Amino acid sequence: MDIKNRDRDLALGQSRTSLFSIKSMYNTLRRMAGSFFSGKNFGDLVFENLTRSFAFFLLVLVVIMGYQMLTQSMPSIERFGWGFITSDTWDPVQEKFGALPFIFGTLFSSLLALLISVTLSIGTAIFLSEFAPPWLEKIISMMVELLAAIPSIVYGLFGIFVLAPFLRDSAEPWLSGHFAFIPIFDGAPYGFGMIAAVLILTIMILPIITSISRDIMKSIPQAQREAAFALGATKWEVVTIVLSGERSGILGAALLGLGRAVGETMAVTMVIGNRPEISFALFDPGYTMASVLANEFSEATSQLYTSALIEIALLLFIMTFLLNAVARLVVWSVTRKYSKV
Amino acid sequence: MTGKLNSNLRKFKSLIMTLFSIVCALVVIVPLFIILFYTLKQGVSSISWSFFTEMPKPAGELGGGMANALMGTAILIGLGSLIGIPVGLFSGIYLSEGNSSLFARSVRFLTEVLNGIPSIVIGVVAYILIVIPMRRFSALAGGFALGILMIPLITRTTEEMLRLVPESYREGALALGAPRWKATLFVVLPAAFKGIFTGILLSIARAAGETAPLLFTALGNRFWSTRLDEPIASLTVFIYDYSRAPFEDWNRQAWAAALVLILLVTLINVTFRIFTREKTP
Repeated sequence: MDIKNRDRDLALGQSRTSLFSIKSMYNTLRRMAGSFFSGKNFGDLVFENLTRSFAFFLLVLVVIMGYQMLTQSMPSIERFGWGFITSDTWDPVQEKFGALPFIFGTLFSSLLALLISVTLSIGTAIFLSEFAPPWLEKIISMMVELLAAIPSIVYGLFGIFVLAPFLRDSAEPWLSGHFAFIPIFDGAPYGFGMIAAVLILTIMILPIITSISRDIMKSIPQAQREAAFALGATKWEVVTIVLSGERSGILGAALLGLGRAVGETMAVTMVIGNRPEISFALFDPGYTMASVLANEFSEATSQLYTSALIEIALLLFIMTFLLNAVARLVVWSVTRKYSKV
Repeated sequence: MTGKLNSNLRKFKSLIMTLFSIVCALVVIVPLFIILFYTLKQGVSSISWSFFTEMPKPAGELGGGMANALMGTAILIGLGSLIGIPVGLFSGIYLSEGNSSLFARSVRFLTEVLNGIPSIVIGVVAYILIVIPMRRFSALAGGFALGILMIPLITRTTEEMLRLVPESYREGALALGAPRWKATLFVVLPAAFKGIFTGILLSIARAAGETAPLLFTALGNRFWSTRLDEPIASLTVFIYDYSRAPFEDWNRQAWAAALVLILLVTLINVTFRIFTREKTP
């Protein structure tokens, strides 16, 4: 192609960027024809399609991610079928792969962490949106965001050298001494185990649930509070009235937090003990889907082994995708309800 | 009588629950201080100039540094930025241009969802797309994974910051005869530049703190390497390896590296806060 031709192609509205789909190509052509008569700027066309193609890349990327993981995990899917998620044998030597212990570990640790942190987060969000003076709200919000910014690996380091020794020497013996009648406070007090993972996860998902719940509560019009006050409600009764309308929003925030907890890798891997066993005892070591990827992926020797690990990644992808999709829709529908008025 | 009692009871309950919410807020911020305290305590005592300039020493020998890991993290972030910044910036511009089409809405939605995909899954994707075809672990694969992780944050801050620019800026430019793309690129974008720039810094800070996607892409390297097709060291994988090692001196260095990381992240976050606070009305 000579230079003249190329220049013409560029001037004609960046045919390259619209290669991705026939429809957008058609639209480009149609708009080009339109612009010829309406006098719309060629530069606008180029710019619009350029930016659109980058946005399109984002869409394609997500599709490619899912598709690639699916094809790569095909050997494992064909070999084990549904048995992959119902079997609890993970034996790389015999090439028997069942992911149940990891799925259990992921769900058990995440749900427990969610339970604790939802309570704390809602309390904090209420304080921030209803009670705290503006200056204090600003400071605490900033701290909560810093908590979210601390890298996972630092949480893990803290878990290994501070939290686990503390659990082993003080907390676990005390808990099993005084609360042994509660069945989950069981297992050898070893420090590294499910309880350490739950505590670290709790701290890590606090910020996201807190900040979203706070935003949702702040989006509720002041008039609703004033109406409740005018009827003689106490401060707390006003809060419960405000909250009762926003249950779905808080649910969305909790789902986002759950998505975070499910995918959290480094900090959990460093403290959970990494043993593929199903146990409800909190002091026992466990294993999660993300941790098994972190520990075994680069050491997987056979093709089937790698394929089984990629299938775990695919399951994790599907789980977090669904959680985030539902959560986002819920949160958006709640915040939009008031911003439209 | 009963009415009075009832009202007192309600006030008491209100007081108790208010106290409960204050306690919650305290419990939430206490871990931050504990973690910062330990990192400072353990990190400051083991950080030194040689830590930044020297190479890791063989196991058993005292001292040594993480010069190669610092360089590696810088290279990985550079590579990630090459993907993350253009894609994030341009998609953010596209979304902010007053687009409410189905396509724009689904891109916005997918950006949020992509933000919630675990980084280790992104690492697996980078492994499939780059490590398998190249048949080896490389800095390139690590940079690719970090780049994908940077995209959602940059897209979102770009869109938000552009939306904060008053519409009259664009109208002014259009009234003077500028085409839309010039108005966007040379009038609206510069007005939002500070916010977007700190947003990019924020995503860089996040990428610098990522470990999971690097474990089986960039892998890690105990030697000096700046080659893009070879495994490369990074600050976070350095912390991971050294924290699990049975040598006290290595554990000490892991804390020092964590301190460097936390200082970097905190600095960028506080800057972001200060810059964006001026912008918001």
